[in-house]
Amino acid sequence: MGKKIMTVDDSSSVRQMVGLTLKGAGYDVTEGVDGQDALNKLKATQVDMVITDLNMPNMDGITLIKNLRALPQYKFTPIVMLTTESQAGRKQEGKDAGATGWIVKPFKPDQLLGVIAKVLG
Amino acid sequence: MEIDTSAYTEEAYELLSELEDSLLELEESPGDQELIGRVFRAMHTIKGSGAMFGFDEVAAFTHEVETVFDMARNGTIRVTKELIDLTLAARDQIRAILDASTGGQASDKVKGQKIIDRLRALVPKGDGSGAPATSAVASSKEKKETKEDLHSYRIRIKPVLELFANGTNPVLLLNELAEMGTCRIVAFYDALPDLSELDPEKCYTSWEVFLTTAADENAIRDVFIFVDDQCELNIRLLDEEENLDQEGGDVKKLGEILVQRGDLSPDALARELKPLGTRLVESGVVSESKIKAALTEQQVVQEKRDRNAKADASASVRVPSSRLDTLVDLVGELVTVQARLTQTSVSLGDHTLVLISEEVERLISELRDNTMSIRMLAIGTTFQKFKRLVRDLSTELGKQMEMTTEGEDTELDKTVIDQLNDPLVHIIRNSIDHGVESPEQRIKVGKPVVGRIHLAAIHSGASVLIRVEDDGKGLDPKLLRTKAIEKGIIAPDAELSDKEAYQLIFGAGFSTAEKITNVSGRGVGMDVVRRSIEALRGTIDVQSELGKGTVITLKLPLTLAIIEGLLVTIGGEYFVLPLAAVEECVELSRQDVERAHGRHVINVRDEIVPYIRIRERFNMTDASPDVEQIVISEVDDKRVGFVVDSVIGQHQTVIKSLGKTFQHSEEFSGATILGDGTVALILDLGKMVRYVEIEQSNEMLAAAT
Repeated sequence: MGKKIMTVDDSSSVRQMVGLTLKGAGYDVTEGVDGQDALNKLKATQVDMVITDLNMPNMDGITLIKNLRALPQYKFTPIVMLTTESQAGRKQEGKDAGATGWIVKPFKPDQLLGVIAKVLG
Repeated sequence: MEIDTSAYTEEAYELLSELEDSLLELEESPGDQELIGRVFRAMHTIKGSGAMFGFDEVAAFTHEVETVFDMARNGTIRVTKELIDLTLAARDQIRAILDASTGGQASDKVKGQKIIDRLRALVPKGDGSGAPATSAVASSKEKKETKEDLHSYRIRIKPVLELFANGTNPVLLLNELAEMGTCRIVAFYDALPDLSELDPEKCYTSWEVFLTTAADENAIRDVFIFVDDQCELNIRLLDEEENLDQEGGDVKKLGEILVQRGDLSPDALARELKPLGTRLVESGVVSESKIKAALTEQQVVQEKRDRNAKADASASVRVPSSRLDTLVDLVGELVTVQARLTQTSVSLGDHTLVLISEEVERLISELRDNTMSIRMLAIGTTFQKFKRLVRDLSTELGKQMEMTTEGEDTELDKTVIDQLNDPLVHIIRNSIDHGVESPEQRIKVGKPVVGRIHLAAIHSGASVLIRVEDDGKGLDPKLLRTKAIEKGIIAPDAELSDKEAYQLIFGAGFSTAEKITNVSGRGVGMDVVRRSIEALRGTIDVQSELGKGTVITLKLPLTLAIIEGLLVTIGGEYFVLPLAAVEECVELSRQDVERAHGRHVINVRDEIVPYIRIRERFNMTDASPDVEQIVISEVDDKRVGFVVDSVIGQHQTVIKSLGKTFQHSEEFSGATILGDGTVALILDLGKMVRYVEIEQSNEMLAAAT
């Protein structure tokens, strides 16, 4: 069975694109529509990696990352954030919150898989 | 990770046609900022993803055009007819480069350079500040990247203690480095605190990595992109010059001079001489892991220098292979004589003689191994020949192929290698012709345009496995079945497993090719391949997944001349069974035979094993003993027993061919001479089983009609 990855984004098209790419590469994918939704789901089921957008309603990505790092079961889980080029400052904010890495939007499926291979092995 | 470049080329072609439209529209309304932006974005994407998918030439060229257009976007230069003409020409050039990289004709580099020169000329001279400078940087950087020299780097990685808190796994980063080239990693544990103070959630380790790679420093830094701020990263190019002064002059070392002058005995010198590292560690100046790192660095530099010095000059002697053959024959005779010596000395009961004969036996077996190793050749040269074959064949068939190899160092007996060539050619031809789809089809099913064929050689016990893998359409068991029924090879109601269906391709006159091409499809081929592999005492096996590809595995013995055999007797005659196939020996009593009600099967630990009575096969009429022996062997992945009178034991067998007169006795793979001069026939178990199977199915057919 493939490794389990949670993708968190309020845009369904991004979730779909990420989901298709990951499933195509043999990963198991679960989805979260915003930070709060993701946090609830992640508390219930353990995943091997989280890919999260930063700007989301209810709970943004940074807060999600901080909350996840506070949970013992997600202390060392790779978390990759989706950023845009204009959000260079938020990259650092995300890293400080505990993000493992980032992907700049827009990205190609191969770029995404490359980053996953880098942090998840 | 496999990158599917067809995704990029498709997108690039799309963008290029979009680019053409935008440019033509732009000609109508040169001031349209929206259009200029579209042109710029199209080129930006072509460049960006081009670099990502490894289309460096496309990226480099597009970069130049993009730079100029960026200025048009900023309003530094105006959109003129000349700019549009040039950009259109540039677009065609990008297309040509793309075509070339997907197998078309090579692009005209001179033409490309002209376009760039003229584009650069459009840039106002006074404004040389921004764009041309960046393009100069880019081109110089590009030059550095295209250099294919290998460089050795020393990379020091010292992460912060809290590295793990961001979910970073440093092992993955080290693995990533290891994939870039030849890599040695030394870990430093100096910072590791006592167990009582150790926090398992912190990273105390730091590393030194010695990497020899074609990639440049930036590529190495890219590996650490996510941990940039959490790692002290120090990358240094290990240049040979720095170490040259060490080997510069042949000045004698102090110890050598002292010994020469008689002031010091060599023994005393050896006692005092400890490696510098040991002394430094002992005096506590430098820690042990630091010494280890430095030694590794020394080694990497040394290895690089050795490589440069081309160690090819290693002493080797070329001799005609006929002399080697004679040598092997002589060793074979020696092994035979030695068997006699052993037998005689044992029967004489002379203790001294037995001792001498044992000594001789040991020496001869060493001599045998050494002689055999002289005849061993690496399979690499054979593989190399196939590169050209793959290239020519794929051009002829309008396919794009890439061949990769693995295990070129694997050694095989020269005779085996010589006789392996034709069967491998057949298999590779089949893979390219039938296996790999046409480029259009491959795109349709979402595979990379370029088909892959992989040759691998692996040692496996006393055999060598040679695998030919392709990523083509695979074998279709259903289609194979239909064809076989059509040709009357199998009965219409025959039930076949997939594996059995694959075996059909080895039948004579079998071809599933829709049309006959120059290369294959005439149905001679795989049956010939099977026969030649079996003549080498090898086996052939097919695995396939529909739509994914086919793997053909050849299992070949390391050497042909001498094998380990199991010596048995039947009715006073000696036979040898290849020991590699033998699994166990069990007894067969008359009661066992009666219990089976005439069927040739025996129950071995609750498993039903069929057996062949060699006595009956060879029409030996004398009565069998009350208790016979069954030698259970593995033949074609099945357990089959062979009934013999008695088993004598292991016997080192020098294979002699039977000569022309007996060449049709296929149940024997040869003969050998025993210690007392008796001849023993060597049984070909696979052939025997197949003959019996054919006879039985014929009998069944005869009974049915």
